[in-house]
Amino acid sequence: MVGKGAMSNSIEELANTDFLFVAGSNTTEAHPVIALRMKRAVRNGATLVVVDPRKIELTRWANRHLQIRLGTDIPLYNAMARVMIEEELYDRDYVENRTEGFQQFARHVEMYTPEYASDICGISPEDIVRTAREFGAAAPKASICYTVGVTEHSCGSHNVQALANLGMMAGLFGRPNAGVNPLRGQNNVQGASDAGAIPTDLPGYQKIESPGVREKFERAWGAKLPKRRGITKITAMDQMLRGKVRAVYVMGENTVVSDPHANHAKKALEAADFLVVQDIFMTDTARLADVVLPAASFAESEGTFANSERRVQRVRPAVPPPGEAQPDVDILLQLFRRMGKPQNSRTAEDAWDEMRRLSPIHAGITYKRLDQEGGLQWPCPNEEHPGSMYLHGDDMESGMPGFFAPVDHIPPAEQPDEQYPLALTTGRRRSTYHTGTQTGRAAGFDLLVPHEFLEINPADASELSIRNGEKVRVTSRRGEVEVHANVTEKSPRGTVFMSFAFPDSTLTNALTSDAYDFITETPEFKACAVRVERIPNIQHAANGKTPSAD
Amino acid sequence: MTTARHETETSRDLQVEVNGVAVACPTGSRMLDAVRLAGFDVPTLCYDERVGPQGSCRTCMVEVEVNGRTETVASCTAFAEQGARVATHSSEIKEYRRTLLELLLSETASPANCPKCNSFGTCEFHQTAEEYGARLDRFPPIPQRTPAKDPNPFIQRDYDYCIACYRCTNVCNEWEQADAITVQGRGQESNIFSFFNNNLLDSPCTFCGQCINTCPTGALTNRKTVGKIQADKIERTKTICPYCGVGCGINLLSQDGELMGAEPDFDSPSRGSLCVKGQFASWEFVKSEERLKYPLIKENGAFRRASWDEALDRVAAQFKDAMASHGPDSVVCWASARVVTEASYLMQKFARVAIGTNNIDNCSRT
Ligand code: SF4
Ligand code: SF4
Repeated sequence: MVGKGAMSNSIEELANTDFLFVAGSNTTEAHPVIALRMKRAVRNGATLVVVDPRKIELTRWANRHLQIRLGTDIPLYNAMARVMIEEELYDRDYVENRTEGFQQFARHVEMYTPEYASDICGISPEDIVRTAREFGAAAPKASICYTVGVTEHSCGSHNVQALANLGMMAGLFGRPNAGVNPLRGQNNVQGASDAGAIPTDLPGYQKIESPGVREKFERAWGAKLPKRRGITKITAMDQMLRGKVRAVYVMGENTVVSDPHANHAKKALEAADFLVVQDIFMTDTARLADVVLPAASFAESEGTFANSERRVQRVRPAVPPPGEAQPDVDILLQLFRRMGKPQNSRTAEDAWDEMRRLSPIHAGITYKRLDQEGGLQWPCPNEEHPGSMYLHGDDMESGMPGFFAPVDHIPPAEQPDEQYPLALTTGRRRSTYHTGTQTGRAAGFDLLVPHEFLEINPADASELSIRNGEKVRVTSRRGEVEVHANVTEKSPRGTVFMSFAFPDSTLTNALTSDAYDFITETPEFKACAVRVERIPNIQHAANGKTPSAD
Repeated sequence: MTTARHETETSRDLQVEVNGVAVACPTGSRMLDAVRLAGFDVPTLCYDERVGPQGSCRTCMVEVEVNGRTETVASCTAFAEQGARVATHSSEIKEYRRTLLELLLSETASPANCPKCNSFGTCEFHQTAEEYGARLDRFPPIPQRTPAKDPNPFIQRDYDYCIACYRCTNVCNEWEQADAITVQGRGQESNIFSFFNNNLLDSPCTFCGQCINTCPTGALTNRKTVGKIQADKIERTKTICPYCGVGCGINLLSQDGELMGAEPDFDSPSRGSLCVKGQFASWEFVKSEERLKYPLIKENGAFRRASWDEALDRVAAQFKDAMASHGPDSVVCWASARVVTEASYLMQKFARVAIGTNNIDNCSRT
């Protein structure tokens, strides 16, 4: 049901919903323009409930902040489900006609009384009941939004399932101003998955292991395709260390910095016989390469991006690439030729047309339409189709069921202990982006966030005699970094926060855990155990937003 | 629990006639909607559709005749009425608008030096003034608002061009909801002020830049671009912000083949909204001197420049080698969330067809 990892509904619809349940999403910082719709919804009278261990900015607009203990989402959601079942606040019609597995699910959540859940997640039973009632009453004009705060846990896929269970109970699928909406992080993460750059799926989420699908592609591509699913990045890195993966082709990704447990990623890539990196900058990953291919940036390329709401939009070149750099599409087409597999495609549009002929959800999206009509949201099965504001509008009728899957609480793989007494969670800040290769080069951004900060609760700070602005050392089982402390109520007691936008001075991912979700293999960026200490005998400049002198 | 909730309320249509053109508009529409639906336009200097009517500039006044009565109303605030006949460009209305514009011109600095007009081609205010033939010397000049002395690197504030439309404070307080700027004082004495000391860097400003883009004059401009770009050379390329999954529409601004800045694309689904990254960080990295410009091959631990031919041949040979000695599954390909979908499509096809492995992944997991 949530298998496509895309928003079921549209960004604009968020402004028109009656109840917003935002879990693990620091929306004002990570998706600022989506946050505008949420703030608008609140102005329009919607109820906003924010689930987050940290007092994130969005809580300013929230009617309720459920400040859960880090990594304890499932008990909260299960207990809400239990309340909704007990008080018959669920969409019976929807559950009976469009879902499977409800009875078993209902029995499963029986044990999640609000009191039981409260003991684990730290939210009062009253708040759990209140939230469940409000949600049930507003549904189906209610929207669940989540991001990496939910998925980047070792139980990430279970967290997502628990939210999907709530969504199905409330009948949020296939309806406007509703839905279960994962907000995708990077600009074209949606497009990369849509295009089949995943080990299990061909373009348009068609399964490589399905013989019919494979045959279709084999015919179109004139080649035999490997039958078995491939390996994920995480597995691949393990196999590099074990000598099974020998050659690696990385396009546009700074793996060494962005992946968890950065030291491990670096060792793995070094172990490979051959590494080719295609990028716009000499990143830390490119430095490890045997061959570096200079690529064109977005401002020098033709193509499309797909955003979080499945909207395909045109990317157009404004200037030529520097030196001999070339668009990724051109580089790939030349490599095909040198591998003895020349392609018919000459341009990005040719490649798109080839893809849309093979991917039914993209079939109706042409460059011409994109130029004339602006973006189009998949599924868009034919050229007359206007695109889909929300998913499952029709395929619900065709009987596609949603499955209730019972899930249980799994604590983060690494828990604070005596040696590493604090939980570290990582995330984004608005004015820095990901690994900082781009925002780091924009003038003035150093005034907004000059360097990495460790956000730490005043009580924890005073216990450790740490003053605001002072440089501290953060150590985990895997590495250590130095960083400026930012003493703030934003962090709850026992939990500290960092982003990963300043890898040169503070390589946050040297600390993060190497645990990952056992289904999706998403790394557990959101929780690991650390120790924080003062660095003795050094005086440090104060931090903060310092206005420039000019 | 029932699911029978009304989704839309467009059941009853209103019949309105604008300059002789009949249109049907949904209940709850404003006169302005009817005017635009009929294919006409009126100046709306204080109106931003994202935050609704402010009703202060009066330039959107139209004549409305309904039930035999004729009145002049601000079309952005007045509701459309059944059977109304609207005149948008009668000679009285046009004269009225011109006088309003002439008053505003007398309160502001010379259009010849308007930062927005000079760098970006037009500004809504001066363009409208020109359209209506508003004269500069109709009224004696009166004191202008003082520009804010604010050294932030993003937003230039030339309040001597401010026409007190309050679009900026509205978009900041109602849409971005940052509460960074406010109106201080009254009437001609009023000024736009930011907490706490009028320095935006010390205020709750998020530097979303939405005030710049809604400002109809040169009072607020993009400091990174203004003055560096010439209106007659500017080229706009409609594209998408390269940062997050919201995918806001932007226009890249270039001049003589060089990127100079970005502005929001108001025709895109993001409706002209951007955040600090799309507004102020979406082009400089492209021009960075640190960009990779040539293929590089590592020899004895150091990179040397190579030709494309040599680099690509090397890559192909290495892949073939790995495939031959360790099988196709000894190769992995990683596409990216940063590149165009077409490149990811070709990358997965490359893995599957040219190499023969499903070892293709991208960073959506991370
Ligand atoms: S940039 Fe955004 S937050 Fe700052 S004053 Fe303008 S509208 Fe307000
Ligand atoms: S402008 Fe901001 S919110 Fe919009 S796509 Fe860019 S980074 Fe995302």
